[in-house]
Amino acid sequence: MFLTDPFFWEIVVSGLLAGVMYSLVALGFVLIFKASGIFNFAQGVFALFAALTLVGFQTGQVPFAHLLSWITGTSIHTWGSGMPTLVAIVFALLVMIGLAWLVVRIVLRPLVNQEGIILFMATIGLAFVLEGTGDLMWGANVKALDVGLPQGPSDTIIDATGMFVDKLEISAAVVAVLLVVALTLFSQFTRMGRALRAVADDHQAALSVGISLETIWWIVWSIAGIVALVAGIMWGAKSGVQFSLSLIALKALPVLMLGGFTSIPGAIVGGLIIGVGEKVFELYVGPMIGGATENWFAYMLALLFLLFRPQGLFGEKIIERV
Amino acid sequence: MKFSRLAFAAATALAFATPAAMADLVFPSLDYRTGPYAPNGIPFADGYADYFTLVNERDGGIGGVKARVVPCETEYNTTKGVECYEATKGEGALLYQPLSTGITYQLIPKASADGIPIHSMGYGRTSAANGKVFEWVFNYPGTYWDAASIIVKHIIDQEGGDISGKKIALVYHNSAYGKEPIRTLEELAKKHGYSLTLLPVDHPGQEQKATWLQIRRDRPDYVVMWGWGVMNQVAVQEAVNIRFPMDKFIGVWWSGAETDVLPAGEGAHGYKAITMHGVGMDFPIYADLKTHVYDKGLSAGAGDQHGSVLYNRGMQAAMLAVEAAKTAQAIHGAPNITAAMMRDGMEALEITDEKLTALGLPDFMPTFEVTCANHGGSGLGAIQQWDAKTKTWSLVTDFIASDREVIDPLIAEDSAAYAAEANITPRTCE
Repeated sequence: MFLTDPFFWEIVVSGLLAGVMYSLVALGFVLIFKASGIFNFAQGVFALFAALTLVGFQTGQVPFAHLLSWITGTSIHTWGSGMPTLVAIVFALLVMIGLAWLVVRIVLRPLVNQEGIILFMATIGLAFVLEGTGDLMWGANVKALDVGLPQGPSDTIIDATGMFVDKLEISAAVVAVLLVVALTLFSQFTRMGRALRAVADDHQAALSVGISLETIWWIVWSIAGIVALVAGIMWGAKSGVQFSLSLIALKALPVLMLGGFTSIPGAIVGGLIIGVGEKVFELYVGPMIGGATENWFAYMLALLFLLFRPQGLFGEKIIERV
Repeated sequence: MKFSRLAFAAATALAFATPAAMADLVFPSLDYRTGPYAPNGIPFADGYADYFTLVNERDGGIGGVKARVVPCETEYNTTKGVECYEATKGEGALLYQPLSTGITYQLIPKASADGIPIHSMGYGRTSAANGKVFEWVFNYPGTYWDAASIIVKHIIDQEGGDISGKKIALVYHNSAYGKEPIRTLEELAKKHGYSLTLLPVDHPGQEQKATWLQIRRDRPDYVVMWGWGVMNQVAVQEAVNIRFPMDKFIGVWWSGAETDVLPAGEGAHGYKAITMHGVGMDFPIYADLKTHVYDKGLSAGAGDQHGSVLYNRGMQAAMLAVEAAKTAQAIHGAPNITAAMMRDGMEALEITDEKLTALGLPDFMPTFEVTCANHGGSGLGAIQQWDAKTKTWSLVTDFIASDREVIDPLIAEDSAAYAAEANITPRTCE
């Protein structure tokens, strides 16, 4: 029986930790969707852009160096020295907050009161623009990201249980817990958080009591940018910072379908289910059907949920009266 | 008024410039500088473009005719690759080098019908090495099946000559590219008695935990990788994580660039890959490139890829194209060649030590000659190994020949199947 197989439990633990990595990306989607009803297609590119910016600051890269060299005829690519990691993280956070402000001012404000699909299309455009900007700013090379997070197998766990567990993924789990706690405290116990929930519940009612929709959107997109930076750090530390990072959004979609688009705990639980499910399926069923099931299994599971529980496990059931 | 004059002058200049441009030797570059595979596409495209710039600047072109590289962005996407082909073939394209097995598969029937040669250098459809069936397709100096065979030969060498009972796992990109070596590795498994485990990884390969847990459980003696893009970096990192011995992890020549190993840091030390050419910048051609290209500010891209594995490979692809064009000019006695003449040049191409030395590339690659029947070249490859401390690759073997006894019948079988499917009567080669 596979339940007594220690390898099965190793897969389950690895799946849970991989699921946390997916949840980190899904969280950004949930925050924006909950507060503004916008499905932000650009969230994966946000993670990429945040990680590129962080590495750029860390390594002292001159932004738009190739463009500047081409215009001025010079060849200056670095400032000479980079920033310490913590300072670089703070600057990257500021960039993401600035980016959120720009998105709200340039993309969202002109589209207020438009259909959701139009806002969604605008985020698709945003994804292309941001990806191109990231390329121009920091180049398309693979960049190693080291923020001092432990990596590799945990010897303590191997010695105690014989199981392989990646220290980076343990860090990701700890960070995800801290992030969820911080987001919960922010939304429950701060004035801004209450305003945010008010906007999420009813835009019109929130506007009528004097809550500025634009400010709330800016705050939400800033928080999503910060979450994107965290996701970018975790995924970038794993595979290097490169443009395929933007595709991690594809991993978050089935997580959202499972967990629900409006639930932060749903994003976490959805990620865990997808993480464990895809690993167990790949290792026990995959060999019988040719393997490479990790990508489509998540979507197959999401499809089943769409059939029987379209709002996801924790999502709000949408009832529209005509 | 001034604007009208300017517009008139520009239009006149264009009108006069067009016939001159038509006389160039046109080499489309189906490159990818954006998207998830850009880190691999950029160095190759830079090396490809820089070599043509060198030939134009230093030699005044090929046989006195300037070469013109026409870039087209494919993003390593087959559909876009085909669009690029359609968009550029009308410019008088002499040769296509798609840098994608998927695109190559789609272009084989199109380019054959249009009479434009394809050079899929070390990629594409392996059985295109049979020139009797694939008149317009070339894959010299080696094929995927050569690479698979050479990797197995290296493993045999490492194991003291006997690998019966050993376990080899193939971690591969789940695409036409990644599946190419399977048949050869299966045949070689029958011959040498090793067991083969197949572990596909879906595009783009950002998440491979299940694959590497399986490797950790099954503990193969060697892992062979057929990856590209982020799949390579993640695989190397995962191998480091599960503490798989890196000197027993061997990639194909598309899984052996600096970008594949740098993110894993010190852990990637000892990782191996097969290569079809020399490594680094220790070749006289780099002095010429510095004088005629780099110092004049004519480097392609950001000019930060010089000497990298894929830059050298792009340069190698361009060099082979230029040498084939020179051969075509000599055969037909005309500097302005057509695509059909280019094909003749490719089929009569000979790369000798003297030629390589004269080009500033002594010992850069093995010598070979292309014939009517053999479009695959010599099929030699060497093993390179990564030194994480110095961040350099170095060759750890001589160039090794592949197992023709196994590969040639496979090529004959697969190309015969293609000929039957495409209704091609194989031509006779004397």
